[in-house]
Amino acid sequence: MSYLMNSSEILQTIDMINQQHLDVRTITMGISLLDCADTDLDACCRKIYDKICRRAGSLVQTGCDIEAEFGIPIVNKRISVSPISLVAAACEAADYTPIALTLDRAAKETGVNFIGGFSALAQKGFTESDRRLIASIPTALTQTELVCASVNVGSTRAGINMDAVALMGRIVRETADIDPMGCAKLVVFCNAVEDNPFMAGAFHGVGEPETVINVGVSGPGVVAHALKECKGESFDVVAETIKRTAFKITRMGELVAQEASRRLDVPFGVVDLSLAPTPAIGDSVAEILEIMGLETCGGHGTTAALALLNDAVKKGGVMASSHVGGLSGAFIPVSEDAGMIAAAKAGALSIDKLEAMTCVCSVGLDMIAVPGDTASDTIAAIIADEAAIGMVNNKTTAVRIIPAKGKDVGDSIDFGGLLGSAPIMPLHKGSAREFIDRGGRIPAPLHSLKN
Amino acid sequence: MKAIVSVFAKDSKGITAYVTALLAEKEINILDISQTLMQEYFAMIMLVDLTDCTMPFVELSRYLVDKGLERALDIHIQRQDIFEAMHRI
Repeated sequence: MSYLMNSSEILQTIDMINQQHLDVRTITMGISLLDCADTDLDACCRKIYDKICRRAGSLVQTGCDIEAEFGIPIVNKRISVSPISLVAAACEAADYTPIALTLDRAAKETGVNFIGGFSALAQKGFTESDRRLIASIPTALTQTELVCASVNVGSTRAGINMDAVALMGRIVRETADIDPMGCAKLVVFCNAVEDNPFMAGAFHGVGEPETVINVGVSGPGVVAHALKECKGESFDVVAETIKRTAFKITRMGELVAQEASRRLDVPFGVVDLSLAPTPAIGDSVAEILEIMGLETCGGHGTTAALALLNDAVKKGGVMASSHVGGLSGAFIPVSEDAGMIAAAKAGALSIDKLEAMTCVCSVGLDMIAVPGDTASDTIAAIIADEAAIGMVNNKTTAVRIIPAKGKDVGDSIDFGGLLGSAPIMPLHKGSAREFIDRGGRIPAPLHSLKN
Repeated sequence: MKAIVSVFAKDSKGITAYVTALLAEKEINILDISQTLMQEYFAMIMLVDLTDCTMPFVELSRYLVDKGLERALDIHIQRQDIFEAMHRI
């Protein structure tokens, strides 16, 4: 076909979209709420609601228009806001749940499917406001549908705030006791990033502009399809194939990001180069690892395979976009990935292997269901382990763990929709109570001193 | 604005005539056509110019999908930019 296009390329793109689940996973509008601070809680809530509705009023419609014109699905339209612990610091209120309810109403009014930023940054210590926000998390997350919360408990620069780790162990436990679904909307971070468009960990960082558009691409199915063509080839060929595929996926994300930014008259922030799976068959990161030659995801070789995948995705994508950021890497959320669910059910994928995998990919222990009677100290210790990996390796790690009320190993829990379902995974029995009870801070590693 | 119209169906007589008539009716100019048979399946790709088309893009897209379904054809229209972005630096 003339005009610089040829039909095989066009058919390839159409096939990626129709058969291989290629999509833009999210357009996320970041909105600063720092100017909504007020000593009066009601006034603060009113300002927050008005600002979100004013700024994001046409976000969903614009997303749908782009989707229709380019013929590429844009699965989620979302909003991230400034960490609420900063916005609400001036409020004379002990409980921030009314703010979460306001965010929920604003999300529903604008039509987005999640709003992130009920967050606190406590890597070095708590402000009074951080404490109030964290204490509000169990009620905030169980009384709202669309609000996501996150707390940063450590960083390479600051070390790990073990008081925050212990507190978050209790908060996860408390939230699960009311409704385990609340825990699916709660992320505990080390080295949280300010421009992540993906939920549940998105918030609009303080260094960000007034408003911004960040786009998260996806496409595990496209990578899996491309790798099926190189059976028996060397890793050099595998890496090259992933890079080429990631480049194409990212170019599409960049186009959508620029178009959304132009139409909404909001600056473009970053494209997040993440392979985000969904529970749909053929949209799985685990499947990619298995196509590389592993019998099941979770077996020996999984960490090496994931390391190659994660690196090649970034190398391929980085040249395709003017600004790359966010989490950028492969996600391994157990409940959201059909291959991971199968591997966990078969006993091939353990929490220890998942922890090892988080050393070489973009996030951490994500969407993992554990027995309902798991102690808060144990949850805190799991968070501490992940935070240590993030702190020492200079990367983001996160824990999104769900103690499934009334359930034990062998059962599973269903979250519905994109969040999928997860088998309850066994944990180690030894207690970490004395360790967690120490409190204080784990000092930052030597290599944090870079200046 | 230029766009790509793609048509997929089980091969039968009159597909091209049917689709081009739909486009002509909406004042859409065809700049280039390519078609192939993959086993018994028919795949046609057209580069079209929408300058004279008065129907909004989103509505046109829905119209073509509906008209396609009447004849068991899978018809889609997408802005050309997406293919260029993906395959051209």
